[in-house]
Amino acid sequence: MPLLLFLEQTLNGLQFGVTLFLMAAGLTLVLGIMNMVNLAHGAFYMLGAYFAATLVPITGSFFMSVVLALAGAAAVGLLTEMVALRTLYSRDHLDQVLATFGLILFFRELVKIVWGPIAIFMDVPDLFSGRVEIVPGAPYPVYRLLVLAVGVTVGGFLWWLITRTRLGMLIRAGASNREMVGALGVDIKRLYTLVFALGCALAALAGVMAGPLYVVDIGMGDDILIKTFVVIVIGGIGSVRGAFVAAIIVGMVDTFGRILPSQFGLSATIAELAIYILMAAVLFWKPRGLFPAAG
Amino acid sequence: MKRAAFFAAGAVALSMVALTAPSHAQQGVKIGLITTLSGPQAGTGREMVDGFNLGIKHAGGRLGNMPTEVLVGDDQFRPDTGKSVAERMVQRDRVDIVTGVVFSNILLALSDTVLKDRRGVFLINSNAAPSQLSGAGCDRNFFSVSWQNDNVHEAMGQHMTSAGVKRAYLMAPNYPAGKDALTGVKRYFKGEVVGEVYTQLGQTDYAAELAALRAARPEAVYFFYPGGMGIAFVRQYAQAGLVQQIPLFGPSFSLDQTILPGIGDAALGVYASTYWSEKLQNPGNEKFVRDFEAEYKRIPSPYAAQSYDTAMLIDSALKQSGGIANKDKFRDAVRAANFTSIRGPFKFNKNHMPIQNYYLTQIAKDQQGRLVMDLKGVIFASHADVYASECKMKW
Repeated sequence: MPLLLFLEQTLNGLQFGVTLFLMAAGLTLVLGIMNMVNLAHGAFYMLGAYFAATLVPITGSFFMSVVLALAGAAAVGLLTEMVALRTLYSRDHLDQVLATFGLILFFRELVKIVWGPIAIFMDVPDLFSGRVEIVPGAPYPVYRLLVLAVGVTVGGFLWWLITRTRLGMLIRAGASNREMVGALGVDIKRLYTLVFALGCALAALAGVMAGPLYVVDIGMGDDILIKTFVVIVIGGIGSVRGAFVAAIIVGMVDTFGRILPSQFGLSATIAELAIYILMAAVLFWKPRGLFPAAG
Repeated sequence: MKRAAFFAAGAVALSMVALTAPSHAQQGVKIGLITTLSGPQAGTGREMVDGFNLGIKHAGGRLGNMPTEVLVGDDQFRPDTGKSVAERMVQRDRVDIVTGVVFSNILLALSDTVLKDRRGVFLINSNAAPSQLSGAGCDRNFFSVSWQNDNVHEAMGQHMTSAGVKRAYLMAPNYPAGKDALTGVKRYFKGEVVGEVYTQLGQTDYAAELAALRAARPEAVYFFYPGGMGIAFVRQYAQAGLVQQIPLFGPSFSLDQTILPGIGDAALGVYASTYWSEKLQNPGNEKFVRDFEAEYKRIPSPYAAQSYDTAMLIDSALKQSGGIANKDKFRDAVRAANFTSIRGPFKFNKNHMPIQNYYLTQIAKDQQGRLVMDLKGVIFASHADVYASECKMKW
């Protein structure tokens, strides 16, 4: 592969990786701290995109729409947590899988009723609609660079939140030993609700950023959810640092897995398997993932 | 008073018997419309239902001037669900005709349930028509009112050859219909294929593939991505700045009204091959497009057009045969295709696949600024599929 094409693909891999990270950060927190398998995480990715796509023509500002969409998704997340999920924390994972799968169907149907069955349009904001030639001869969409920047910024923010704030301390403590945190007098219920809403807002942010690139439709959360689970399993459940590293690795493996096999005349099916082979290998040598949360 | 009540009850009971009596099979027609109404592909199912209903409305509320009952079933985009819906409709509800199936894998899952039923149920489908039911596997009770799966792709292959394209790059999802699509293109494209790429089904990020595509320096790109994949692909193709450099060609399935609103202006200038367009000029089509917009507040897609034509075909066949009780008579009437298709000339080949025109369109804006498939010309006149010669059916 020529060097320039290799550089361009590296950029693609990084950009796909940070999109995965935005999804994975919320999911890994919810699973690690609350011990809750939330299949409906993709629904908040979808809701974020639908909210923003609806708000952009109304507010006329992409930034404003993003802020409102995140707030909206976090609010729906709060409501869902209080109404539906609270009762599930003490139940086993199978019950949680069933219930949150039900939530997927519920949100899909809701979106279909409100927005209709066909995909809706969300434009790239004008400011970022151009292209730059980072790699000579291959103009790269500025918006993809924006996604990359947002992902890295959020990664930095989460690192600060988790290592430098009181809330982060509680989150880390919760990931290591939930009962002990509760016994020490922390309102664990409120912490859970807060973490869940944060996770929903992060998923919504991923959805908003993905909207202008991919497609805003009822199925948008499904495909990315599977890859997100792969990311958090590789990274170690409950670890945001693990999620970041694993998301970049998965983004790279997925991108190059899609390109390299055809260069050697191999079948496209190998590309589909690449990240799962990676996951199996990681689980074989490090059954708790690359960066297991302490405890 | 008591007597009157007794008689009234008797009358109600009698009318109920009349309603449920098997004799209705001779007088009316019962149609099962099985289509995809939930999940990301639900937009296509909505088109099938709305198009069919408008057809019935234009036929005067009844097909063939007889009581018409339509049962709508959702296959949920899953072959096993489609099959169980078909079992329920054929065996319990005793429908005479099944139609509306969008996806080939679902059609293949339920075709035996319909076609092998001893009552002689017809499968007059309005979208999917896979090769398995077109060649040696053709069936006397299976009709496709839409096309044979390969046809729309073949048309664009032919157009790319006529347009003098020497180096083409082909892309489709890695599943049977994706491979059939590119086989169809290659059957009529005579230039060099410099890349044939199959991507994951459901994938919506094409940055890596587009970088490889650019490096291969093709003169034209043919893509087959239905649904959300098509939206993502065309938008990213435009965002990468490729649309001005390398013309993009696709089938109508990737560029119709269930998809164009989601793509937006990125679709402008892309070429689509089709068998029907909202811009096709004939009195029937103009009426269809006008009334569909008035009724449903959106431009119809080819799915709606096919479904509308299916209702019209059934209407004409019932009128000609006088009912569906005599299966042979009804089958002959369907074969005659004695209706005016809104697509232009239409007749059935001996394998019950259409022989019809295929058109070239280009995505442009109409007077109201909406994206439409603007008609550019005829690619194939009265085109037949390649599988007909393998079908042993005689009529």
